[in-house]
Amino acid sequence: MRIAADIFTIVAILTGAFFFLAGTVGLLRFPDTLTRLHALTKADNLGLGLVVLGLLPQSNSVFAGLKMILVWLLVLLASATVSQLIARAARRDGPPS
Amino acid sequence: MTSFLLAMTFFLVVMVAVGLFCVLRGASNADRMMAVQLFGTGGIAALLLVGVAHGTEGVVDVVLTLSVLAAFAAVAFVKADESSAKDENRPEQGS
Repeated sequence: MRIAADIFTIVAILTGAFFFLAGTVGLLRFPDTLTRLHALTKADNLGLGLVVLGLLPQSNSVFAGLKMILVWLLVLLASATVSQLIARAARRDGPPS
Repeated sequence: MTSFLLAMTFFLVVMVAVGLFCVLRGASNADRMMAVQLFGTGGIAALLLVGVAHGTEGVVDVVLTLSVLAAFAAVAFVKADESSAKDENRPEQGS
């Protein structure tokens, strides 16, 4: 049972780390602002979500696990709002391409 | 398991540091803000990993502060950008 939980943790966190890698590479390599924003939000939502999911079996209490899920939900809300705002600012600064 | 979690923390911090090159190079101000946003999310993930690896629950509270701070930083950037754009050229055009 313990080994199954550990394997789940390792797989989920490695997948999350992959999304962070993809987000960083996309931020550096994609051609225009809106595609870079797209790459960034993948790292925000999926990367952090998978890391939190992977950490759940390792946390000491149910309360600590719930708190981590709450952090993820807060980041989801914030990043959805912020990406809308940044996209609007980017569109105002330059011509949409 | 602890060493795996710490190795992943290291990886995430390196990713965030590479992403911060965008702040230096940044094609536009929006791109710089995106790199800061990635810094916020990556920092949150790294802190959560460290907290669980060492069994310190208090780190989650630090993470909450960081997540709210990153969101507010982006909102402040957009508001400042908006008002400076209004002052410069088109005073009557709202969104």
